Amino acid sequence: MLEIKDLHATVDGKEILRGLSLSIKAGEVHAIMGPNGSGKSTLSYVLAGREGYEVTKGEVLYKGKNLLALAPEERAAEGVFLAFQYPVEIPGVSNTTFLKHALNSVRQHRGESELDAMQFLKLLRETMKKLGMSEDMLKRNVNVGFSGGEKKRNEILQMAVLKPIFAVLDETDSGLDIDALKVVADGVNSLRAPDRAMLLITHYQRLLDYIVPDHVHVLAKGRIVRSGDKSLALELEQRGYAEFAQEAA
Amino acid sequence: MNVAAKAPAGSAYLDRYAAARARLDAGAQPWLAGWRRAGAESFRSSGFPTIKSEAWRFTPLHALIDGDFSVDAPAAPFEQARLKGITFGREAGNRLVFVNGRLRDELSSVRQLSPGIELLSFAEALKSRPQLVESHLGKALGLVNHPFAALNAAFAADGYVLHIAAGTKSEAPIEILWIGSGAEKPPVYHPRNLVILGRGVHATIIEHHVGLCIGSYFSDSVTEIALGEDALLRHCKVQEESREAFHIAATGAHLAEGAHYDSFVFSIGARLARNEIHVALGGRRSNCRLNGAYLGRGEQVIDHTTFIDHISPETTSKELYKGVLDGRARGVFQGKITVRPNAQKADGQQMNRALLLSDKAEINSKPELEISADDVKCSHGATAGELDDLSLFYLRSRGIPEDEARRLLVEAFLNEVIDAVALAGMRLTLEHNIARWMAPA
Repeated sequence: MLEIKDLHATVDGKEILRGLSLSIKAGEVHAIMGPNGSGKSTLSYVLAGREGYEVTKGEVLYKGKNLLALAPEERAAEGVFLAFQYPVEIPGVSNTTFLKHALNSVRQHRGESELDAMQFLKLLRETMKKLGMSEDMLKRNVNVGFSGGEKKRNEILQMAVLKPIFAVLDETDSGLDIDALKVVADGVNSLRAPDRAMLLITHYQRLLDYIVPDHVHVLAKGRIVRSGDKSLALELEQRGYAEFAQEAA
Repeated sequence: MNVAAKAPAGSAYLDRYAAARARLDAGAQPWLAGWRRAGAESFRSSGFPTIKSEAWRFTPLHALIDGDFSVDAPAAPFEQARLKGITFGREAGNRLVFVNGRLRDELSSVRQLSPGIELLSFAEALKSRPQLVESHLGKALGLVNHPFAALNAAFAADGYVLHIAAGTKSEAPIEILWIGSGAEKPPVYHPRNLVILGRGVHATIIEHHVGLCIGSYFSDSVTEIALGEDALLRHCKVQEESREAFHIAATGAHLAEGAHYDSFVFSIGARLARNEIHVALGGRRSNCRLNGAYLGRGEQVIDHTTFIDHISPETTSKELYKGVLDGRARGVFQGKITVRPNAQKADGQQMNRALLLSDKAEINSKPELEISADDVKCSHGATAGELDDLSLFYLRSRGIPEDEARRLLVEAFLNEVIDAVALAGMRLTLEHNIARWMAPA
């Protein structure tokens, strides 16, 4: 589904990703772990298409097509989703308006009919019920005044509404207490499906107790330096990142 | 080659005044003729403002001054059917329709009004209610230091007069539709309006200025408002003049004890638009809220200038103006708050925020506080910024196309002021206008 080959990327002229390769198949959940500054967030922004993250070498194939040639909204419409590490607050736009615009944009791109207000609200309520979220989140402006946990849950809600094919979850566990982490993890697990792939980006092993990955990769200095199964995460937890960083040097 | 000395700016208007005087003053009472003459004299001594005039520093007037406008253009043809697309989609309630500054009876609809409510044209009021007009004319906004108001006085012939006597129960909003329709020669017109609310009266006025031509015209209006004790006026104005039009509007309001003036101005049209509002918080506990939203692009100049005079104790004022500027558009916000020695416990808050969508767009903000009382709360602030890149990316990353994401963010920026507009039909019009502005044909 996703094929990253020898990816090099710079931010403000500084090379952050230095030859990253990764292959993810439909139905799989991959975790990328790495210390601060290893390039985790850069990878997520490059995949989502944020301006200022310049790919200097390599390629990313998504469903066999060049992902990097697409605008952010085209990637989203094609099924790519990024759950932000720091979800953005947008004063003046209600969460409902935001979700409705997003879903209808994506549906339009896919050649599906747009949902009217009633249809949309029905779908939204059902989704929220499944995720165990309270509806007061809908009336409020996008992420404005949300607690850290609410922001992350709002990301999962967006993901559940947009039903992506490939989702990147960037540090979705950061800033969450254990209860909030469980809610978010349950939400993510409920979205696991044979035709959907996920890439979890995290600093800590903790998240992977709740969302169990098929593959774990260690990222250091912009490259994947080790890949394995979920036991690699435990090994990392015990031994720390230091020696992996040396391997990358 | 000899070049004739250029006549001073504004002299063309005085020539026209001299030519039109006999017609204007035909049948007029002496006080009215005298007042018009005083307007002309005041304008003769001041001329048009220049950029050296403090109140006009940021607002270039040369295109307006150089314009060749006709004061007595023939009545522009206008079909009733065209009204449909420009009214607020409501059943015609009480609506006066003016075309190029002249009331058009056949387009207007005034139902049976309750006793105590008078809604007249200025021309008609001069005939049927001369004393009412005389006792209020020039009181809330004088001629001195107001060259455009003086020019307006010289030519004042029509406009609207709303008088509601004390104790009268409020009715549905009153709608005033101003249609600008250019002719072979661009017209100039000088609407003169009076709003007089008695004690305890609540009223809503919606003014809608629409340009129905691509050509130029010049609207130079003055509205004077007198609010009695505990009276409340909601004054909502939507300005979508044609893109070549000049729109200069001055409003003066005087408030008695406990009165409230709530003004909202939405500006999207005109090549040059100036909305000047003077509020005299004359009575104890009188208060005003002045809000505005504006969108400008191309070479448009949109100016909001306010003067709030806290004369009495416990008076409050709140101002919030938000604008979006693209292309080479220029926004001007000048807000002066004066607190007199007697106005203890006065509270004045002022904020102007601009969103600049291009690096050629410009906002000039000039707040001014003059405080002579010691127990007061006053604040002012101004911000100018661009659309937030990260917000834009966030929306796009959810599948929302860039244009739509930009529109959502612009609407979000303006929502703070638009949300404060309590009239439902109005809100839809504003949203529609903003959406259309964001997606120009």
